[in-house]
Amino acid sequence: MTALPEQASRYEAVIGLEVHVELNTRTKMFCGCATDFGGQPNSRTCPVCLGQPGSLPVVNRRAVESAIRLGLALGCDIAPVSQFHRKNYFYPDMPKNYQISQYDVPICLRGSLTITTAAGEHRVGITRVHMEEDTGKSLHVGTSGRIHGADYSLVDYNRAGIPLLEVVSEPDIRSAAQAQSYLSELRAVVLALGISDAKLEEGSMRCDANISLRPVGHTVFGTRAEVKNMNSIRSLGRAIDYEIARQTDLLIAGEPVVQETRHWNEDAGTTSTLRVKETTEDYRYFPDPDLIPITPAAAQVDALRAALPELPAAQRARLAQDHGLPREQAATLVAVGLAPLFERAVAAGAAPVDAANWLNNEVVGWANERGADPTGVPLAPGDLAELTACVADGTLSKKLAREVLDAVLAGEGSPRAVAAERGLVQISDTGALTAAVDAALREHADAAQRVRDGNDKAIGALVGAVMKATRGKANPALVNQLLRERLSGVDDGR
Amino acid sequence: MDLSACDAATLRTLLGNGDVSAVEVTQASLDRIGATEPHVKAFLRVLDEQALAHAADIDRRHAAGEPVGPLAGVPLALKDILCTAGVETTCGSRILEHYRPPYDAAVVERLRAADAVVVGKTNMDEFAMGSSCENSAFFPTRNPWDLDRVPGGSSGGSVAAVAAFDAPLGIGTDTGGSIRQPAALCGLVGVKPTYGLVSRYGLIAFASSLDQVGPIARTVTDAALLLAAIGGHDPRDSTSIPQPVPDLTAALDAGVDGLRVGVVREFTGDGMEPGVRARVDAAIARLGALGADVVEVSLPHAGYGVSAYYLIAPSECSSNLSRYDGVRYGLRVDGATTEEMMARTRAAGFGSEVKRRVMIGTYALSAGYYDAYYAQAQRVRTLIIRDFEAAYEHCDVLVSPTSPTTAFRLGERAADPLAMYLSDIYTIPSNLAGAPALSLPVGTDDAGLPVGLQVMAPVLGEAVLFRVARALEADLRFDATPTGRNSLAEVLA
Repeated sequence: MTALPEQASRYEAVIGLEVHVELNTRTKMFCGCATDFGGQPNSRTCPVCLGQPGSLPVVNRRAVESAIRLGLALGCDIAPVSQFHRKNYFYPDMPKNYQISQYDVPICLRGSLTITTAAGEHRVGITRVHMEEDTGKSLHVGTSGRIHGADYSLVDYNRAGIPLLEVVSEPDIRSAAQAQSYLSELRAVVLALGISDAKLEEGSMRCDANISLRPVGHTVFGTRAEVKNMNSIRSLGRAIDYEIARQTDLLIAGEPVVQETRHWNEDAGTTSTLRVKETTEDYRYFPDPDLIPITPAAAQVDALRAALPELPAAQRARLAQDHGLPREQAATLVAVGLAPLFERAVAAGAAPVDAANWLNNEVVGWANERGADPTGVPLAPGDLAELTACVADGTLSKKLAREVLDAVLAGEGSPRAVAAERGLVQISDTGALTAAVDAALREHADAAQRVRDGNDKAIGALVGAVMKATRGKANPALVNQLLRERLSGVDDGR
Repeated sequence: MDLSACDAATLRTLLGNGDVSAVEVTQASLDRIGATEPHVKAFLRVLDEQALAHAADIDRRHAAGEPVGPLAGVPLALKDILCTAGVETTCGSRILEHYRPPYDAAVVERLRAADAVVVGKTNMDEFAMGSSCENSAFFPTRNPWDLDRVPGGSSGGSVAAVAAFDAPLGIGTDTGGSIRQPAALCGLVGVKPTYGLVSRYGLIAFASSLDQVGPIARTVTDAALLLAAIGGHDPRDSTSIPQPVPDLTAALDAGVDGLRVGVVREFTGDGMEPGVRARVDAAIARLGALGADVVEVSLPHAGYGVSAYYLIAPSECSSNLSRYDGVRYGLRVDGATTEEMMARTRAAGFGSEVKRRVMIGTYALSAGYYDAYYAQAQRVRTLIIRDFEAAYEHCDVLVSPTSPTTAFRLGERAADPLAMYLSDIYTIPSNLAGAPALSLPVGTDDAGLPVGLQVMAPVLGEAVLFRVARALEADLRFDATPTGRNSLAEVLA
């Protein structure tokens, strides 16, 4: 990647994202099989999702509701009549050799999502949201691990027929940062709706990026490459940056960009050709005659609209306004999914900024260390309120409070109970500290003298000595206050 | 008493009264099959053990005073296009030879609930594509009225079995005439119900928007009894109509006095044999004599029906048949790669008519051709539906010949697909419109071959359909026993 900055800056990237969201409905898109992850291969199958002769699909009502709810959250028009089409192509992990999908009349059209990056707010158009079924998974046994050269292949159809929503953006994205922000915001919306667990790492949310370049100021699109296999928001950013650099080099060298599908290699940090689309693939779409059109009643759409939860953008704004949180802090709370816990903790008496800090830093850190979802942390709102109160009233130092939080999350009890049990309560009793303070003044007379001489920083050594003597349990503020009282001669004990 | 000669309604009475047992009736059917089958070849599989076990269970329940179904003990021939759990279901194709479905079709469940005894699974044109039963991958079936002639198709096996008196009832499927045309060629009553009246769950799809299961019988009453047993809403089929089967028997004998019968002007034209025309005209005259008001009506776009059908049906079939790829079930012919395995399997497993239609359909759905072919055919379909609606403003039912010809000889049209396609020229419009239609035998031509009259009704108009057919049946008193030169009767005698 050798493009000189001034040459590279002649081009702008045009990026559109296609995001697949695996819905968390109890049953599959067109049959009653369970959607639970795992299970023996082909144990969650039936004649319908195996494409047995004579079997017929029946639409999952909950999946349709999820599609409408996502469409409403993205400001889309909900089609009064939409249709399922068959997308015909042969592939062994597709039981019918056609995928039931939506084509020219998808359920949701024309929405948008507003994203925020360092450069400010940016509106990304949503072309459509449509429903479709997932395929099975092939396992190619042999040295290559790919279908070519495999000794034999096995197919697991447990995933076949799992409901998917495909969210297609307009080519409104111009940078990796915007793409990351878009995906992160879309994920937050999906999580707020509760329609998917939206885990990029596990494939319940998948993102393909269409990337092309054009000279700045031009309106005609360049030739695009479609990049697949980004398994995290970070990978998406890396892949886009790589692809922009690759295409920039080609254009500067006067070579053509080939329209193709490229594979993101996470370890190598590069993209490579997966397949070249010489001609547009002909999927012979036609309306699936086994299914009748989807015709959601206006009243049903209105009811779903009325029942939408607060969406991330509104939630961020409200957290900032109602609780005086800095915007960044509110955004983090929403992004990690801890806003509900935050609000319950505040309702239980927690100081908002303190509670947000604990959640965004310590609690998220605790979850990350365990590879757990922060939204699932075993922390009662009342316990968080109690913890912030303990710090505020001096019962616990920040350091002790961290230790207490770990114990609370480990299920040892409420913060006060844990602190008492472990003897971690901060010494805030003047009488209990007097001896330690006097001892420190005696043992560090020189430091005491420097303070009296006007070197305020020298008090640190005295505080440190008290803390050491109390094994960290002394309330630092109180120690400070006592030392100053002594040193100012109010009552220096001499 | 010759139990094989009894119709279903009679057997119901005999069995209900305890005059005969279900096992006796079933055994009589199996014995009859044993005698006729070498000549007719209607069955791909005779299910003696299963049938006798079911019959014995019916007899046990009957004796114990436990409930039995409305068709208890009546033998039935089942087209091999309907899935039967654990029992080979081939759809007349090599690609599904030895295929055992893991489940029962909805119709099979309902037949079981009605306690009809399935005596065997019948031959058919491969994937229901054909009008002669010669497209079966296994062997052709013969017409009991003349063993050198075809029984029609695609439900030729079920029709031939009923015509041979192997069983009083048969189940067929009708996508473009596959019940009515063979019923006409074999002198039987065959019904294509309203689309959505009978569940398609477990019916191996040919053309999903046209396929419909229906009854085959020697009498109108028997056909009504069977339709009542298999019809009704099924949530597993999204196109199933969410209401019960109309009452078919209440007005069955109400006659035709005052009914308006429309004779379709466009269905009297080219290619119709004089013998067919004579018998159909005579039957229509009898309707007038019985008090019906006979008028001529026009379906101006019906003439485009065959063209539209041969785009829509192949298009849907090209997609429906994609699943037969050797990966999961049925035939597999190995190859060096997955693609090669799939291609070899399909090349070896499908017959030439199936391949022809898959190719036509694949072409018709291709980008750049979709609007000219598939979309245009759908527009024609809408026009035909409007034609019917307009006609039913003046008529209660429409009538026409079922088939322009009587049964033709084996091999006569096998080399000429277009001539074969024209067998369904009068039956296809009802499939395109999703409306019910019935074929009723109205006599024989000079060669002694049966002629069928098609009666058509508006969507969910089954009651009036059966009422007209019953009135004409009672008047004409057609004898469904195949007789004459080279008939089954002659050969067995």
